[in-house]
Order: sequence, then C-alpha cells, then structure tokens
Amino acid sequence: MEILVYGIVNSVTLALMALGFTLVYGISGLPNFAHGALYVITGFIVWSLLNTLKVPYLAAVILALLVTGLIGAAIYYFILIRIRGMATSEIIASYAIGLAILEGLRWGGFKGMTYTLPAFIPGSLNLGGVEIDYQRIVVVLLGAAVMGGLWLFTHYNRIGLALRGMAQDERAAMMLGIDSDRMAILSMFLGSVLAGLAAVALLPLGNIVVEAGYNVLIMAIAVCIVGGLGSWVGAVLAAFVIGFAQILTVVYLEPHFQMVVAILAIIVTLILKPSGLFGRQKELEERV
Amino acid sequence: MAGADVRKERLDRGIKVRTSGIYAISGGKEIGYLILPRLVLIAGLLLLPLVVTNPYWQRVISIVGIYALLALSFDFLTHYVGLVSLGGAFFVGVGGYLAALLNTKLGLSPLFSIPLATVGGGLFCTLAILPCLPLRGVYFSIVTLMYPLLAMRVIEALNIFGGTEGIMGVASFPNRWVEQYSLIVVLLLALFGLRRLVNTDLGLVFRAVKDNDQAVKASGINITHYKTLAVFISASLACLGGAYLVHIYMWAGISTLALDFSIIPIAATVIGGGGTLVGPVLGALILVPISELLRAFGTLRIVFYALILMAFIVFRSEGIMVYAQRKYHQFEKWVQV
Repeated sequence: MEILVYGIVNSVTLALMALGFTLVYGISGLPNFAHGALYVITGFIVWSLLNTLKVPYLAAVILALLVTGLIGAAIYYFILIRIRGMATSEIIASYAIGLAILEGLRWGGFKGMTYTLPAFIPGSLNLGGVEIDYQRIVVVLLGAAVMGGLWLFTHYNRIGLALRGMAQDERAAMMLGIDSDRMAILSMFLGSVLAGLAAVALLPLGNIVVEAGYNVLIMAIAVCIVGGLGSWVGAVLAAFVIGFAQILTVVYLEPHFQMVVAILAIIVTLILKPSGLFGRQKELEERV
Repeated sequence: MAGADVRKERLDRGIKVRTSGIYAISGGKEIGYLILPRLVLIAGLLLLPLVVTNPYWQRVISIVGIYALLALSFDFLTHYVGLVSLGGAFFVGVGGYLAALLNTKLGLSPLFSIPLATVGGGLFCTLAILPCLPLRGVYFSIVTLMYPLLAMRVIEALNIFGGTEGIMGVASFPNRWVEQYSLIVVLLLALFGLRRLVNTDLGLVFRAVKDNDQAVKASGINITHYKTLAVFISASLACLGGAYLVHIYMWAGISTLALDFSIIPIAATVIGGGGTLVGPVLGALILVPISELLRAFGTLRIVFYALILMAFIVFRSEGIMVYAQRKYHQFEKWVQV
C-alpha cells in the first residue's frame, strides 16, 4: 500500500516536471535545457514576492507563473530563434542559459536551506494505513488537472489545435497559415509556465535550492526519453514507469540509487530504442 | 559602404595559392608565409613557462594545457567524425581515476601511470561508449551527457574509489619544468599529429562518416569500426588530460567528473573556431586565464563563461580561428552587383 501511494505521488511529480519539457520539444523540436533553471527561478520569484513584497500567496503564484512564462518566451524570441534547427547548438545554447541563470542565482545569495515555501494546506491524512500530507495530494490532483487540461486545450481550442498541427507537420501547418515562430514562442511560454507550475506545487515539500534545477532537468530528460521525445502520452506513462522503479529501489535497495535508476533508464532506453517506449518510429533519423 | 547593391567578394591571396597547392618553395617569402603562424604558436607555447614567474600563474599554464587537450579531443570528435559528445568529463574522470589507482595501488611513477592511463582509459571509455555508437545527432549527445553523471552517482552510491573523499596522496611531478614542458610537448604533438591524421585517407573516411554515413556504408565500409577508432583517439587524449590533472593536483575525486570538464572545452572550441584543431587550443589559452581572473567572483564566473559561450554560438558561430584564417589567406572587397 505504501509503495502504491508513494509510487503514484512520485510518478505524478515526475510527470509534472517533464510535461513542460516534452511540450516544447513536441511542438517546436527544441530541447529546452534551461527547463531546470526556469523551475528554480519560479520558486525564487514566489519566495521573493511572498517575503519581501508581502503579496498574498495566490497572487504571488499567478504573478510568478506569468513572469516565468515571459522569461521563457524571451529566451526563445531573443536567442534561440537564431539557431533554430541546429540541434546541437540549441542544446549547448539553452544549457548555457540555464547554467547562467542557476549559477547567477547561487551567486546572488540564494543558497543553503533557508528558502522554503509554505504548503497550500498544512496537515496530513491517513490513507489506508499510510500517512500522507495534504500537499502531496494537492500535487497529485494538480498533476491530473494539468494533464486533463492540456488534453482538452490541444483538442478543443483553436490555438491548441494549431500547436498540435505544428507538432505533427510543420510545413503543412505553415501552409494553412499557422505562424511557426509565433507558435514556437507560445510553446516556450506554455512550457515555462508548466515548469513553474511544477515548481509551485513541489517546492513546498522541500527547500528551494539551486541544485534542484539540475536534478529536475535530468528527471525531465529521463521521463521524456523513456517515453519518447515529443510524445505526451508516452511521457506520462514513462513517468509512472520511472516513478515506481524509483520507489521500489528506495524500498528494496538504498535511497542513493534513486538517481542512478533515472540515469540508467535514459542510457538503456537510448541504446535499445532511441525513439522511446511509446515514441513514433523514426529509425533512420536516430541511428545508423 | 554596405549598401543595397554591393556585396563582399573574397579572393585567395596569390601567395596562398602558390604555397598551398604545389609546395613550390621559391623564396623566403613563401616559406615564411607557411611557417610563420606555426612558429608563432610553437614558440609561444614553449616560451610560456619561461616568461611566467608567478607560481600561481605557472599552475594556470598546466591547467590551460589540460583544457587544450580536452578541447582538441572534443573538436576532433565533433567536427571530423560528427559525434557530438557532451560528456567529456567522463573521459577525464576515467583517465584521472585510472592514473590515481595505478600510482597509489601499484606504486607506478607518473612516467608509467600517465601513458598507461591514457591507453587503458581510452580502451575503457571506448568500450563504455560502444553500445551508443549507432545513435545519431541529439541522441548521442544526450546519452554521453549522462555518462559522467552516472559515474558520479555510482561512485557515491557504492562508495568505491574513496567515495566522496577521493583518492589522496597521488605522486606529483619532480619539478615544474617537467610538469609544464612535458604537457606542452604532448599538446603540440597531439595537435600536429591530429592535423596530419585528418588529411590522410583515414581522415577522409572520418569526414565522410560525418557528412553522409549512409553513403559510406553503401561503399562497403564498416562505419562502426571507424567511429570506434575515432572515439578511442578522442577518449585517449582526454584521458591523458585527466591523468595529468590528477598528478598535478595529487588527488582524484568525483570533481574530476564535474561538468566543468565537459563545458569549458566546448566553450573553448566554439570561441576558438571549431574544425580547425588550432582554434580550440587558442580558445583554451584565452578562456582559462579569464576564468582564473574571475575566480574572486565565485560562481559568477560560470555565469560569465556560459554567457560568452551562448553569445558566440548565437552571434559568431565561426569562432576566432576561422575568422583569422580568412583574413590571413584572403582579401575582401566590395563589388557592385
């Protein structure tokens, strides 16, 4: 029962971390290695708004999400748009941006264990013999809501449909009058907001530390690669695979191996089936 | 001057045409034109330990040499074979740990431990990378990015090789002259050796693998064989750098697997000019001292070189060396269209 409950919580956590990354990659083919940095920066914006400007919690969260979204859009509009399509340059440049943001925050004095966000609802609940706090339940509900919302948005909304069109066939979408660059900016905005949303939901469970940025990036990449780059359904399923695998290692092996599992998952998946467990088959593009 | 109806035309200088094709040594000017740039580099590097007297900056020379080796290895693998490895730190770590183990456990002096770590580390890394070789493009980059992270976590989790403490008490070099000059000579040998290599038939196959691997395969050439060889060459160079690093600092730890060793060589290559082999050495020569000057600012220096790297990739992706070569070999003029 414990494994089941915490497995689900952990899986939804991973899915939340990864959705932003997979959304951006799926739509504009851009591996956004600044994802972890956007995650951390949202946490610090919320913290600053709460503690220095004394903004109410809900308003601070919404404001921080907007700011993060705009940062993401600005990163694309001013920098990444110039190297669109050169995959390696995109990785190196976006990783450099993320590195600059994270190390800049560390230099700016955000380090140590002093930065925490309050839980939405304090307290805990006994669920079939397992003690679980409300924040984790909020995470699960929020994760489900985000996945559902994303599905509705991409199936029943003009902009969402345009985004999906871009993801499926960029040229055909452009012929139908969908502006490729505008959609890419929008996807970066949405992806950043999703990274921020994950941060807002998950950070009350621990401290806001710069290192989280690197870990979130690795987890997001792990989930996306196991699920197949750019496949949203795959990402959610892969989150459950890795999430339960991690909880099982913690229970039966050692907590130290949690990260090893994620990294091994990336390497093994890439070697055996680069397009992921649920990815579209693109055999010729990815291996010789 | 750059109006709507003019464009820039570039022409090779006459002396370039005369000297590059037929090696007609018809006078001091031609010989000088060919030799001067090479001589400046060799003499400059050899004089460096003599000119620098401050002990702190003497150590920086060794670090520059190590990063230059790493950048060379990255440039070769990226621009001549087309395998973009983002996990240079893995090679450094393997070379470093191997040298440290050979030195502390078997008692081998640096004279033996460094060459053994170079070849042994190269073999180990090649075997580790072997399953990923069929991967292309981004997939290969991401998988190599994960290798040093995995090695780091495994060492931490299993608590092997001294765990987070590392291996202490590695022997150092007898004196700083041996340390610096052996490194500089090795660097120059590697640089000119690679330049030779990429112009041989072997180098031709390497570049063909980069440009169109399907065509190479269709010609009946086993590309995995050539990729393996290239990874071995590149990994050996980086392992050599790692072995030197460990002997200079007299310590091997998980920080030899740190991201610095993946990122700075890439930055040096991008700034110096990828695909020229000299460029990365030049880039390391510029970037590492700047990074040392900024050490007082703490982690701000990482911000600084991340921003330089980004700016070069986005705005000046050709790098310094390509630009300099163009100015040296060609003249430009505006012509009416």
